[in-house]
Amino acid sequence: MANDISIGKAEPGCKKVDPIMIVDNVTRQFGGLTAVDVKHVEIPRGKITALIGPNGAGKTTFFNLLTGFDKPNTGSWTYEGRNLAGVASYKVARLGMIRTFQLTKALSLLTVIDNMRLGAQHQAGESFFKAFIRPLWAANEKRITIKADELLTRFKLDEKREDYAAALSGGQRKLLEMARALMSNPKLVMLDEPMAGVNPALTQSLLEHIKDLKKDGTTVLFVEHDMHMVRNISDWVIVMAEGKIVAEGPPSQVMKDQAVIDAYLGAHADTDLGTVAINKIKVGK
Amino acid sequence: MDFNTALSLALNELVSPVTVGYILCAIGLAIHFGFTGLLNFGQAAFAALGAYGFAFATLEWGWDLWGSVLFGLVCAMAFAALLGIPTLRLRADYLAIVTIAASQALRFTVGSSTAAPITGGSEGLSQFGDSFYALNPIPEGEYSIGIVPITNGDIWMRIVAWGLVGVAALFVFALTRSPWGRVLKGIREDEDAVRALGKNVFSYKLQALVIGGSIAAIGGMVFVMASQTNQPTNWGTNFTFITWTILLLGGAATILGPIVGGMVFFALLTLIESGLEFLVNAGLLPFLAIEQVAQVRFLLLGLILMLLVIFRPQGFFGNKKEMQFNG
Repeated sequence: MANDISIGKAEPGCKKVDPIMIVDNVTRQFGGLTAVDVKHVEIPRGKITALIGPNGAGKTTFFNLLTGFDKPNTGSWTYEGRNLAGVASYKVARLGMIRTFQLTKALSLLTVIDNMRLGAQHQAGESFFKAFIRPLWAANEKRITIKADELLTRFKLDEKREDYAAALSGGQRKLLEMARALMSNPKLVMLDEPMAGVNPALTQSLLEHIKDLKKDGTTVLFVEHDMHMVRNISDWVIVMAEGKIVAEGPPSQVMKDQAVIDAYLGAHADTDLGTVAINKIKVGK
Repeated sequence: MDFNTALSLALNELVSPVTVGYILCAIGLAIHFGFTGLLNFGQAAFAALGAYGFAFATLEWGWDLWGSVLFGLVCAMAFAALLGIPTLRLRADYLAIVTIAASQALRFTVGSSTAAPITGGSEGLSQFGDSFYALNPIPEGEYSIGIVPITNGDIWMRIVAWGLVGVAALFVFALTRSPWGRVLKGIREDEDAVRALGKNVFSYKLQALVIGGSIAAIGGMVFVMASQTNQPTNWGTNFTFITWTILLLGGAATILGPIVGGMVFFALLTLIESGLEFLVNAGLLPFLAIEQVAQVRFLLLGLILMLLVIFRPQGFFGNKKEMQFNG
């Protein structure tokens, strides 16, 4: 099947027209268990790519490896042509590759606005000696606060501005974490299960936010179990099972792939799980 | 002992250099624990290094006041780096274990006969304060706090000590309201999240350890300057835990907390002692001998602290809102 993302046929490890990240031979073992064993994969630039797979497929471990939060046993990967193997996680973030976590990491006892401000990079006031001299960072502080307020409004968190992040609901924390990640204008956003624990009312707005990111030219890579979301917003789907990439392609094609159905989708391959869930709710009412 | 004497003694404790020594150490600990979340159980070691560094540079090398203060600070900073570089990459609990062990090791080392030529062994070092008291502008005469007589040197010591508390408080205030302080608080909440935002967490933790340790080193110098005696027994785990108590009493992530916490702690300690002595002398506590009072006061104080921590866990100045979520 033809598509405008891969060069040639969409298959595991296929080359992309314009990759932002290229991964080669990355493996990670925990004792005898091989959690990740990725031969070759490329992430297309400016697209929304979903990384799916059953529990224990190694998706989060793969995320941790790519962002420097874990070290692989073998392998290398490049981001924007730059080798990232062995680069510390904070340096990865400075290169414009920002991730979120499966278990949301809102900084509970900081206010929402301080959470946002912390997301901005290159702050002079974050250096110890400059911290004492307010004029050196006051202007920048103002600038990032304006930006933070804009993002908070976009994510409908502006009313919570002065609240501690601990006072937010689970879904709002997900939103905050995502908004915070955007403070640094990342080129690649990696979202680990952005929908987990988010109530259906917020789901739609989260989807819109992710689509907006793409409009702004940001590349998105996300891990998700919610097939409804995967079908609706992703341009490309990568399927992992037992640490390996077992399928790749546009969502419509991947959902029909026998390997994917075997590994993951099972009986519900043909149905949109989101629709099923919504129908159940309607019937229940 | 009458009520006035008891009150005078308490008042005296409120502002004594020993109190200030602890307060400064607690301010340092506020940076470590309150703002950065570092569990440092070796604050005594930082204070000891400040005191030993100062005393040694003065006595052995004949350095002037500023040189000796600087040397004391450098000793504490070097210790912070030595402890921090291998352990700050590990989980918080490891730092706690390492700091408590290192502070004990340091105390036994400086108290050993092998180290005696440098540290004075178990006798410690004394009479190193000439350069400090030479700067005293207050004329000799008879002074007193309440009915407790003090010398002009004592007054000078107290003025400088409280000046230092003021400077330290302003310093921490400025830092914690800056973006730098915001990163520290972020690390306290979740260091992986802060790392994911592009901050060099290790570097910030090390900076916090060094800065908090330096304030403690100044505290150690103040602590020994009044009596001009610096002995290894000063720097036991007691010292560290009193510092912790003061911090938690006042509120861990606050500026005024350690200051008021320290004053209340020592005033209470003295008042309890006076009260108990009064009761024992009046024959109302037949099970208690007068020489046991000094120990029992810690017991009572412990009880009060337990009640405080149970019913007001955020300390005097802690933010109630901030604490509610911890429950």
